[in-house]
Amino acid sequence: MNKVGICAVAQGPFERNTWHERFQGMAMPVLESLLSQTGLDFAEDTGINVIVSCSDDVFDARTISDNGMTDVLGGHMRCEEKVAQDGIQAVYYASSIIMSGYTDVVLVLGHSKESQGQSRNMVTHLAFDPFYTRPVGLDFTAAAGLQARAYGKLSGVSEEELAEIVVRSRENAKRNPHTQDLAPVSMDDVLSSPMLADPIRQLHAYPVSDGVVGMIFASEERAKKLCKNPVWVTGLGNCMDGFFLGDRDIADNFALKKAAERAYKRAGITDPAKEIDIFEVSDHYAYQQPMWLEGLGLAETGKGPKFLAHGGKDRVNPSGGMLAGNPLMLGGLVRAAEAAVQLKNEAGDRQIPGVKKALAHGVMGPAGQFHGVAVLSKD
Amino acid sequence: MSKHKKNRNVGVVGVGMSVFSSHREEVNQPEMIFEAVAEALKNAGITMDDVDCVVHGNMELFEMVHQPDLWHTLGTGSRGKEVLRVTTGGTTGATLVCAADALVASGLHDIVLAIGFEKLQEGHTTGGITNMADPLWARQLQTGALTGMTAADMIEEFGEERAKKVSMRYRILMDENCMKNRKAHRRLGLTMDQADDLAVNSPALVGELRMIHMCSQSDGACAMIFASEEKAKQLCKRPAWIKDHITVHREEMFCIFGDAPYKTTMRYAAEKLFERNGVKNPVEEFDVFEMYDPSSWWATDWLREFLLLEGDQHLKMVENDEIAINGKLPINPSGGVIGSNPIGATAMVRVAEAAMQIMGTAGEHQVPHEVNKALASGFGGTMWTVLFILTSEVPQ
Repeated sequence: MNKVGICAVAQGPFERNTWHERFQGMAMPVLESLLSQTGLDFAEDTGINVIVSCSDDVFDARTISDNGMTDVLGGHMRCEEKVAQDGIQAVYYASSIIMSGYTDVVLVLGHSKESQGQSRNMVTHLAFDPFYTRPVGLDFTAAAGLQARAYGKLSGVSEEELAEIVVRSRENAKRNPHTQDLAPVSMDDVLSSPMLADPIRQLHAYPVSDGVVGMIFASEERAKKLCKNPVWVTGLGNCMDGFFLGDRDIADNFALKKAAERAYKRAGITDPAKEIDIFEVSDHYAYQQPMWLEGLGLAETGKGPKFLAHGGKDRVNPSGGMLAGNPLMLGGLVRAAEAAVQLKNEAGDRQIPGVKKALAHGVMGPAGQFHGVAVLSKD
Repeated sequence: MSKHKKNRNVGVVGVGMSVFSSHREEVNQPEMIFEAVAEALKNAGITMDDVDCVVHGNMELFEMVHQPDLWHTLGTGSRGKEVLRVTTGGTTGATLVCAADALVASGLHDIVLAIGFEKLQEGHTTGGITNMADPLWARQLQTGALTGMTAADMIEEFGEERAKKVSMRYRILMDENCMKNRKAHRRLGLTMDQADDLAVNSPALVGELRMIHMCSQSDGACAMIFASEEKAKQLCKRPAWIKDHITVHREEMFCIFGDAPYKTTMRYAAEKLFERNGVKNPVEEFDVFEMYDPSSWWATDWLREFLLLEGDQHLKMVENDEIAINGKLPINPSGGVIGSNPIGATAMVRVAEAAMQIMGTAGEHQVPHEVNKALASGFGGTMWTVLFILTSEVPQ
């Protein structure tokens, strides 16, 4: 297996409503930063020849949403391919291209502008089949409500524990310059926040946001030349669960357990809680943070809240996570970017000291139908 | 620097397709996909248990289903599997092949199932394609995929009579091929003596682009199974090997990084791919070419580009029936895109058909001579090209 290095990361700013800029304009500073960090260009033999973009036609309200990005992404007689899934899959695909030997540098850039839609729920409603589940009015938030209830029953996670997750995420977000300007919240604020999809409260949910994130991936040989401290992609894994919610035990983490198992096996990890220093998980809703941690094998079933309470919280989402405001499509890609920045020791105020291995997680679909995991490490 | 030199060889060991039609009303999307998946598994002699990863793609705004791979799990069999979803517009099917190729060559997976589909009946195809254009600058100008510019160019270059005759001859040759392909959507039974009639009586769409010249809009799915060299040799007597591929996208509006070469992506892709694979004379060296031909005007024009021909050599190839199924270089023995066009699957069908020709499994539309080297192309976006070389010989 060829080693894959992450040479550069650029992101944000993530904002509530970037009304003043088109997504192409939002992407330019991110691209320019990646090029200046690495000194790369789009030259035919030495530059970037393969580009993996990440976006969604429905969110962009544009057929072939990557078509509008080709001006920015160097689609000038070059290869550009779009991952239309959670951004963690752009890490998966870019890494596989380099591992295959086909090329030695891949530019990854994802964009999403949730503010363009009247409601994010209108988009995710369209992920349900038109015959049975769409007429019921399901969307990802409603599906998460069902899962939150099932997980609550299983774990006994309390309102206070959920509120703590939100308060801590907002505090971490203050130290992350790329997140939107979110006011800190108190326990009381969360506890009295209105219900969105019972038992999910408004403040339990990730805020609507717009933004861009990009990375440069390279082969081992090339990565060492492109930057002084490349971060290595050592483990990748993902898994799809069944579609109908009624066919699944939505509290059992089936897909995430398999995704993590695959990533750990490829990374040679046997005890993730010990071997991995920080975990960037895509927590679209507060209940998901402890639940996903169980799926990642850090705590037994139903014991996620306990893991957080006993020191785990200092190692989970130092970026603020999804609750600090990243768009749906980019969740896992921003998590990977944040994990890489921590490993590069370039995370500024949110830097956790001595990080050697980090995990990034992405999720898509109703009640976590799909999960992807990447394990990153440094030399 | 190692480039385009894959670490592992990847072979196609099974192909499956649904029947292509304007209205597959008797099946829903997962059911239609299941037809292709079941056939591909059967042809490869494996079951879903043998598949490590499922790659899925289409153009989601056509059917207005967000992240359709989630629902389609019911038809793709991807529950519990690793998955990847990639889309690139018209080239989606070709990109799916590139992705499957990378996933196997990387060593991550030994067997990958790739699925392209579209159920255009459930959407509005021309509206969907128009919606691709930039909302501020280009949407008012765009009319789906309809353009008569190539027709006008060819008429100017070669004269009205000859250009129109060649374009219609190409169209009728494709229909003859469709008649041999029981999965094809439009099997009209045209004959050469209808050519003059059709050139006048087929409704005009834009200029000399007439209804008869244009591709269909179809419902359909295509599935392909890719395997590592070791597995491919075990599973298949004669796999079709993915020797190399190149993707060439053009900018939508302008090139902000300076001069982009003024060349069609077809010629650019062919020049690069042939150069690095030692192809000197494509017409002689390839045994079949499955080309993404959205209209018979584009098709005839692109023959010159893809095969690196000059002057009127491409017209002569059509006039002399060199592109016919029993000709020197058969083009689209399947009947091509003019015959069947489920957009997210269309470009994959080109590669799948080329693979079937090498595997010798194309049935009635198998070309009569031995196929050892095949070319397949995908088209989409703002004049994008993906070009593949497939071989019967294991790539070195």
